[in-house]
Amino acid sequence: MTQIAWIGPLLLTLLKSVALLVILLIYIAYILYADRKIWAAVQLRRGPNVVGPWGLFQSFADMLKFVFKEPVVPDGANKGVFLLAPFVMGVLSLAAWAVIPVSDGWAIADLNVGVLYIFAISSLSVYGIIMGGWASNSKYPFLSALRSAAQMISYEVSIGFVIITVLLCAGTLNLGDIVKAQDTRYGLLGWYWLPLFPMFVIFFISALAETNRPPFDLVEAESELVAGFMVEYSSTPYMLFMLAEYVAIITMCALTTILFLGGWLSPLPYWPFVAIPGAVWFILKVSGVFFMFAMVKAFVPRYRYDQLMRLGWKVFLPISLVMVFLVAGVLELTGWGAGMAQ
Amino acid sequence: MNVATLFFYLFSTVMIASAFMVISSRNPVHSVLFLILAFFNAAGLFLLLGAEFLAMILVVVYVGAVAVLFLFVVMMLDVDFAEFKQGFLQYLPIGGTIGGIVLAELVLVLGAWSIGPGSIASVTTPTPPGMTNTLALGRVLYTQYVYLFQASGLILLTAMIGAIVLTLRHKVGVKRQNVEVQNARTPAEAVEIRKVASRQGV
Repeated sequence: MTQIAWIGPLLLTLLKSVALLVILLIYIAYILYADRKIWAAVQLRRGPNVVGPWGLFQSFADMLKFVFKEPVVPDGANKGVFLLAPFVMGVLSLAAWAVIPVSDGWAIADLNVGVLYIFAISSLSVYGIIMGGWASNSKYPFLSALRSAAQMISYEVSIGFVIITVLLCAGTLNLGDIVKAQDTRYGLLGWYWLPLFPMFVIFFISALAETNRPPFDLVEAESELVAGFMVEYSSTPYMLFMLAEYVAIITMCALTTILFLGGWLSPLPYWPFVAIPGAVWFILKVSGVFFMFAMVKAFVPRYRYDQLMRLGWKVFLPISLVMVFLVAGVLELTGWGAGMAQ
Repeated sequence: MNVATLFFYLFSTVMIASAFMVISSRNPVHSVLFLILAFFNAAGLFLLLGAEFLAMILVVVYVGAVAVLFLFVVMMLDVDFAEFKQGFLQYLPIGGTIGGIVLAELVLVLGAWSIGPGSIASVTTPTPPGMTNTLALGRVLYTQYVYLFQASGLILLTAMIGAIVLTLRHKVGVKRQNVEVQNARTPAEAVEIRKVASRQGV
């Protein structure tokens, strides 16, 4: 009896994971569509409008196209690593969603170190790029992989410090508890984006760099590196890379929502708003953050590589370090720190 | 057999196997990838012990940063391992002797070393109940061991500065960008507007 007692929870977790994956992937399909539509609208184009009404099924058509094409493995490629790279990317990006609380208690794994887990997983996604770039045995992918490794490590440093300031305020590493720490009677004015506004901006920009979104998409800068580390990839492996990229973007949007925008909390803590389920607010907020990501892509020209490095190391790192110091000092002197009471 | 035992054997088997592959695989890049796999499984073992903070820090620091640099170096430097192995037999007697001596010394030292029963209580601080182990670790590090902690930080800082000083060179004759000067430029001094007469040129 005791030996099979764990099978029930295991099956339940499996079911939950499958449900989350299906919803997440469908959401990603429409995020991709929204990305193209927003980009098109800014440039006064129509965007995808052929497959389905208003082009709503475009992402699914693209997926089928990728799946039915022939995967080409270059002759000089290191075959094992070449095919492993997209899987590593895909699995890692989806794994981050295991700890993200979509609503109160709606997380597959309610980890005590949830923030660290996401930080660890997102720092691993650089491996997919390096492995893909190296295994392709071609110079553009390799250059791109080197660029991306340096870029992602640089911006992780400032992301780490931003997360530390939030942790200092919330006094916990649990994502659900971080959201609950923002639950004040001031509604959206009590969320951390206002008291930690500089860190919110730094986090947003670093998230763009961490996910290789424009204006920091030097990894796949098409005018110089053709398509970066994905040059040699085709069909399903390429699709996995694309999928992983968008899942990582949505993960970053969700993390922004949880750390700074109050997760599943309603912006106004009064009756008609609190009756709406938390998951709806969460999805709305994630979509809102993604809208900002998409607008940045459409508006801002690409950074030069030295500018990117300068911004990461000489601007963001000192500012975030000083902010960690300031926030810790203020919390210590005023006694506002939540976790200090114990 | 419960799930924890099952996972313990899984993690440790994969870890030992991948550690073996690190030293036996022919391609150095594969070695680093196996090293990463070993790190991962070590993190898994930490998780099983209930040390989730250490597990995550292991992944963030070793896998996310240190191993990336390893991979970088191994990919960039075209190391010819066949060349290394040519001198293998030639150096085997000396290397084997030194290795044997070190091993013997280690065995002698560790064999004679016994942990005092009283010291265990002071060395291992159990996590107080009702406290996450991140919090418990932080409390120990920043109170009891704060000087050691800060000293190790200073040592790392010194090492970092040392590495930078050793590799920093100012080449003369290289064009450098001065961002402040670039930002200080205004249209008034950088752009000149001229009326160009047709068929005349500037």
